[in-house]
Amino acid sequence: MMSKAAFTSGSLRYRLAVTLIGVVAVLTLLFYFVLRAYAAQIALQSQDNILNASVTAILDAAIIRDGVVKIDIPYAAFSMLNTETDDRVFYAIYQNSSLLSGYADLPFPQRESRMSNTYKSGVYLGVAIRQVTASRVLVGGDIRTRITATVAQTQDSLSGILQRIARNAALYGVGFFSLAVVLAIWATSSTIDPLKRLAESVARRGPQDLSPIVKPVPSEMTPLVSSLNSLMTRLDKSFSQSEEFIAEAAHRVRTPLATVRSHAEVTLQRVDKEENRQALRSMIRAIDESSRAAGQLLDHAMITFRANQLEYQAIDLVELARECVQRLTPMGDMRDVELRLETDTTVLVSGDAILIQNAVRNLMDNALKYSPVESVIIVKVRSEPSPHISIIDQGAGFPSDEMHALVARFTRGRNASGTIGSGLGLTIAQDVALAHDGTLNIGNTTEGGACVTFSF
Amino acid sequence: MKYLLIEDNKELAQAVSTRLRLDGHVVDHAESYADAILFSDNGDYELILLDIMLPDGDGRDFLAHHRSQRRDTPVIVLTARSQVSDRISVLDLGADDYVTKPFDHAELQARCRAVLRRKSGSSQTITRLGDVELDPVAGQLSVAGQPLVLRNRELRLLELLINSPSKVFSKQKLFDRLFAYDDDASENAIEVYIARLRKHLDKSSLTITTLRGLGYRLDDE
Repeated sequence: MMSKAAFTSGSLRYRLAVTLIGVVAVLTLLFYFVLRAYAAQIALQSQDNILNASVTAILDAAIIRDGVVKIDIPYAAFSMLNTETDDRVFYAIYQNSSLLSGYADLPFPQRESRMSNTYKSGVYLGVAIRQVTASRVLVGGDIRTRITATVAQTQDSLSGILQRIARNAALYGVGFFSLAVVLAIWATSSTIDPLKRLAESVARRGPQDLSPIVKPVPSEMTPLVSSLNSLMTRLDKSFSQSEEFIAEAAHRVRTPLATVRSHAEVTLQRVDKEENRQALRSMIRAIDESSRAAGQLLDHAMITFRANQLEYQAIDLVELARECVQRLTPMGDMRDVELRLETDTTVLVSGDAILIQNAVRNLMDNALKYSPVESVIIVKVRSEPSPHISIIDQGAGFPSDEMHALVARFTRGRNASGTIGSGLGLTIAQDVALAHDGTLNIGNTTEGGACVTFSF
Repeated sequence: MKYLLIEDNKELAQAVSTRLRLDGHVVDHAESYADAILFSDNGDYELILLDIMLPDGDGRDFLAHHRSQRRDTPVIVLTARSQVSDRISVLDLGADDYVTKPFDHAELQARCRAVLRRKSGSSQTITRLGDVELDPVAGQLSVAGQPLVLRNRELRLLELLINSPSKVFSKQKLFDRLFAYDDDASENAIEVYIARLRKHLDKSSLTITTLRGLGYRLDDE
């Protein structure tokens, strides 16, 4: 029994998963950039340290001899700058502002402080360089002069290191992200699962199970569950109330109807005028029709209700048919219609006795209604080929073009116009047959009478 | 026949009683559970008609009491409930049959006869006229000691005529008493049944006379 799907405003699971994964993605990107920036800073610092050492070594080698500044650049000052990628090194040494040695066009940084070293990134000959500048005051004899040295190095090695770090950082980031996605999905599932279990346990319930939910649920779900429970309590109450109400309403309506009918019958015996008699007859017919329709509607409602929850038990179809025949024999007697049973000794089936009895009684009731006076209705109960009850009358049979429509609710055959009934009888039998995975076959005998077979 | 009608609705009880009396039956009416117990314990009834909803007790209690007294008077329940489960519980409690309100009197009579036939096989009140004996419950007619089995409609027609000998019954009256209201039968069908009865009564002392324009009359010679 699948009810109509509710409108959805997106999936909670989807929304939760997307949010978690989005947050993880942002964090991963942030991690990547911070890591790369930090690595760049550290790499730059180590290059600076080496450049610094180089510059210091050059300045330390400066001496004044014979009043002239002499610098014998130590081999180590440049060899310490060797890298795997053969970065190029540029240098320039100035005495005050005149070039002593090196590249004259190497940009000479404006020094802000005479004391500390200057670190600078720049571009020389079209490549990015890092440049460290330091100075020292030389005093020799009466000379006091300032020596400034600047050493620059290209950054090929640095950017190689940075690329490696960035690649590793990206790899770690992807790994971290993948792991986080898996965790996010798991977290989503474990959050959503109690909700799903609740929905399943509500969906699994039978249509008559309106007991409250007692299984523990997460605290966030208790308002939902408690309002669900109170709804079910109210529903249960209103169901039993409406059952009582229908029974009570039936009583209230049927008793006055019975009074009217009895009075009409008595009056019919007493009046002579034909038109009055006609009026009374049609009144009685109307009462019969309404009460029969009401009865069948109630039966049909009851069957629809019960069909979802069959109470299976072993039933002897022969015994069941015999009871129905006994119950309807007086009705047959009124029109001298004989109900004749032709049965095997026992035909056992498993099913809901109340429903099957109702269906069989409705079928026999139909047969009686359409049987001509002084005819025979044969009720066959057989176990072969499958357990079935056939009801065969000697009436006019079903009109061939209306066979299928007849089973539909409220449809009546064309030649039924003079017979009381709402036409629900066949529908009821059909519903009961379907509920038991059986079939209801309708057809006509070669003699023309109707033949209805209810088989399991 | 003597009926006990247990029904709290006065209007309905009155209508049903009148209808039963029209057929020549005797009816006592009990309005409550207490009355019903009193009547049934002291009266000698052939049939009890019981409304299941009573103001001072459930009709089911009456059934239980009735059965505990080991009386075998058949009980037919008049029920306003039509749910199958209700009908079944009524039969389980010892009712012999039930009719759902509003009911057809012809059906009620047919059920009464069927129940009596099941219980005892024959009626306590056998109608005798001339050399004819009629057992309305067994559906048996005996003419000069010779038994004959009648069809239901023949039986009911004869029952009407034999209970009021020498009375003229119009065709319409007989029609209304005989045929259920859902029949398409015409009043001419009465002529068919009269003809059959005449054949059955051929060798008896009874004759059915046709009074043109008035109806039929049963006379004992």
